[in-house]
Amino acid sequence: MTTLQEPLVQTAGVVEHERKAPGGFYKWITSVDHKVIGKNYMYTALTFMFIAGAMALLIRTQLFNPDGHVVSLQTYNELFTIHGSMMLYLFAGPFAFGGFANFIIPLQIGAPDMAFPRLNNLSYWLYLLGGVTMLFGFFTASGAAAFGWVAYAPLSSAPYSPGPGPDLWIVSIALVGFSGIFTAVNLVTTIFYLRAPGMTMFRMPLFSWSMLVTGILILIAFPVLTAALVLLYADRHYGAHFFSVAGGGVPVMWQNLFWFFGHPEVYILALPFFGIISELIPVFSRKPIFGYKGMVFATLAIAGLSTGVWAHHMFTTGTVLLPFFSALSLLIAVPTGIKVFTWIATMWGGQIRFNTSMLFAVGFIFAFVMGGITGVMLASPPIDFYTHDTYFVVAHFHQVLIGTTIFAGFAGIYYWYPKLTGRFLHEGLGKWNFWVTFIGFWITFMPQYLLGLRGMPRRIAIYSPTDGFTFLNRMSTVGSYMMGIGMFLFLLNFIISWRRPRPAGDNPWDGFTLEWATSSPPPAHNFHSLPAIRSARPTWDMNHPEHADAVPAVTGGDESAQ
Amino acid sequence: MRNESRVYLGIGSFFVLILVIYFVWSRESTGSVLLLASAGLGLLPGLYIGWWSRRMQQRPEDVDEVAPRDITGVVGQFPENTIFPFTLGVGAWLVGLAFVFGLWFAIIGLGFVFGAAIGATLESKRASLSERENRV
Amino acid sequence: MGRFVGTGFEQSRGVRRVARVLGPIGGIGVAGVVLSACNIPTFGAFKGNTVQGNSTFHLWQGFFVASIFVGGITFALLALAIIRFRRKGESIIPKQIHGNTKLEVFYTVVPVLIVAVLYFFTVRVENKVDTVARNPNLRVDVTGFQWGWKFYYPKYGVTTITKGVDLYPTLELPVGETATFRLVSNDVVHGFYMPEFDFSRYALPGVTNYFDFTPQHTANFLGRCSQFCGLYHADMLFYVHVVSPSQFQSWIHAHQGS
Repeated sequence: MTTLQEPLVQTAGVVEHERKAPGGFYKWITSVDHKVIGKNYMYTALTFMFIAGAMALLIRTQLFNPDGHVVSLQTYNELFTIHGSMMLYLFAGPFAFGGFANFIIPLQIGAPDMAFPRLNNLSYWLYLLGGVTMLFGFFTASGAAAFGWVAYAPLSSAPYSPGPGPDLWIVSIALVGFSGIFTAVNLVTTIFYLRAPGMTMFRMPLFSWSMLVTGILILIAFPVLTAALVLLYADRHYGAHFFSVAGGGVPVMWQNLFWFFGHPEVYILALPFFGIISELIPVFSRKPIFGYKGMVFATLAIAGLSTGVWAHHMFTTGTVLLPFFSALSLLIAVPTGIKVFTWIATMWGGQIRFNTSMLFAVGFIFAFVMGGITGVMLASPPIDFYTHDTYFVVAHFHQVLIGTTIFAGFAGIYYWYPKLTGRFLHEGLGKWNFWVTFIGFWITFMPQYLLGLRGMPRRIAIYSPTDGFTFLNRMSTVGSYMMGIGMFLFLLNFIISWRRPRPAGDNPWDGFTLEWATSSPPPAHNFHSLPAIRSARPTWDMNHPEHADAVPAVTGGDESAQ
Repeated sequence: MRNESRVYLGIGSFFVLILVIYFVWSRESTGSVLLLASAGLGLLPGLYIGWWSRRMQQRPEDVDEVAPRDITGVVGQFPENTIFPFTLGVGAWLVGLAFVFGLWFAIIGLGFVFGAAIGATLESKRASLSERENRV
Repeated sequence: MGRFVGTGFEQSRGVRRVARVLGPIGGIGVAGVVLSACNIPTFGAFKGNTVQGNSTFHLWQGFFVASIFVGGITFALLALAIIRFRRKGESIIPKQIHGNTKLEVFYTVVPVLIVAVLYFFTVRVENKVDTVARNPNLRVDVTGFQWGWKFYYPKYGVTTITKGVDLYPTLELPVGETATFRLVSNDVVHGFYMPEFDFSRYALPGVTNYFDFTPQHTANFLGRCSQFCGLYHADMLFYVHVVSPSQFQSWIHAHQGS
């Protein structure tokens, strides 16, 4: 154990001498340092992203031709199930609240580590092992789960989906769900109890606020999913009849339970990335965020509303209260709109530096506005009747989710990479990475809106040449290959920075928040000294005293006496 | 601590509002129960933290102007490297796999879990004895 | 908040001026277009072909036009910010603006108003689409199963059913008459999806759904399954023939014998 003293303000810190830490593989397994665990999370999540992305390319290849024969029907169904499950459960969420949050939050609030470091390590292992378990399904005789990432009962029950594949899927998601709950507990506790002196709630960086709200949402949503999975497993193996009509069960209850998790989940995926954007747009515009409190309340409003709209995924079941859910769903457009306008107003009048990180951030806003607008359309039940379960919906949520997890996520990677590693990623290659991905993104998903409107249902492996879907599908496939190339460029960039490091300073972007006040990469337990925290931008105040947010403190001569 | 409690209370009371509207309007049980649970999840920690915030001294992270005496002292104790979370994770994973491949996985898994529990306890005890103030 | 608001802050005032002009125009545009959504493009959608689907189609048009306004303004502001405020040459520290309460209230209230208008029209169309006639001219019982459909006309005792791969059933409907559908599923969740009627509804086990179609034109359409239901989900097609009432009667007679 290491007992940590508060680092002294503006003086050399007093960190008790530590036992020499082990190195290599053993260190990787045993480390309870939030920075090591955070990086582990990021690398793992990105690996899952590349695997699931490869599956997406296979899916698109199958759809390149009508009556495609690239994969069999069964394999196709497994592919889109695991693609969706991996992207949502194993990449997007853990990437944000396991990767970014783990690494950044303690640094941003001036904490030496997470509140429960060993729990943090445990949740990484549950995540990694649980995630790999999902892939085991492909190596079983009857194949992986093949019922979509939503696993609608009764299709997911034993008579219609026999075999170990679905069970592996259930176990995998239960483990990952527990890992998410542990991480959320850790995050909320850290943010509540380990902030640096002077870091009041309303001085916390917006990324920390987003993660706090995300943590609370995880605590609301994930237990519901875990419970639903237990019920499903009991149905499959113990003859329970929660979701089967024959035994007096209610199949629609699965949808209620699932989406009560599923819709907050969408915002669990999105809010951290909103937080990232709210961090780096001000930094690259060299202006504070426009309306800090408005952003905080918008985040809280999204959290509240997102839990009250689960049934807008169930408009076409005919069993839900349409006006209630459509009203709340439409209302979510308001806080998200506030966020978008805040970002624009922050850029307005600034000095915007368009490096790769900022390019990705702006790309995110474009993608997100597009996805948000179609989201408002889908919030209207009649339009949803028309487009539900078609490629219109597919395009909508890919635009929102790729907008957030890929564009905002990569903006975050390019932004914090110097802090993570002490190195820069290559700017030129980064810009190629952005443009290829960005253009590929629009070519992939804009045709899908039209496909949906022309009547192409989602999750179909084949279509007829007479349907008139061929051209648009081909366009979409070409776009998806472009995105694949864009992702490959990122990998290249990563390898280059690994083989030929270009050192970055402690504060290469002239950042605002506390993580830029320590060295890159940060030392064990993060800070040797903390700047005085008198506003939401302590590092900026320290580096630009003439433009500081904080009014210089007058404390009756106490400070001069020091 | 006041603002921390307000975050929870705000979310919790919003769910109460939604719950009332939803239940009165739809009379649907699944969603109402879930909303009730969510409201509890917001209100219980909110009230607890709020209750404590009235009974404790203001913490240095809650005040705008920090006095120098607030920023010295112990932050907390942080553990060194440890293998036991990994052991526990593997144990939990094996127990999970037992639901797919059969009970014998759970036997191995529970071995790991109990091993981790015992190991972590002993390790914590050792570590706390090594701290100056815990030495007898 | 608002500490730096005051004189000499012409950029934010510029935003406000733009927003003040464009906001009401957008609002009026939305309302006007939704009310008279006839001579505007289809924006890629089908026109509905039923009375119900047609009102969905008009709602779609209204939403799309509103989206063009809102999205257009947002994209334009974003593009303007990017072009105008990118750093040129030596970096200076711009004025540190922390917010502007009036502008923030403005961009909160305007979306609320837009959303309220959209909600008003949504509820109207939703009630229209969801209305089930008390005395329909025709009842059709639809059953979804893995992997096909069964259409049963209880009044006539006629049944059409999927008989295998590529042997899709036909749903025959008389033009101009309201038909009420009773939709159930035998096994898993299916989606009764009629793209050209701008409509879909889940076929759920244990739940019976009712809805109406009043076809407007005689034509042939293709129906599909929208909710993933297993291996041959892509192959759950059915034909929809909207014919004149007399043709419908002769079709019924032809099938009653078999």
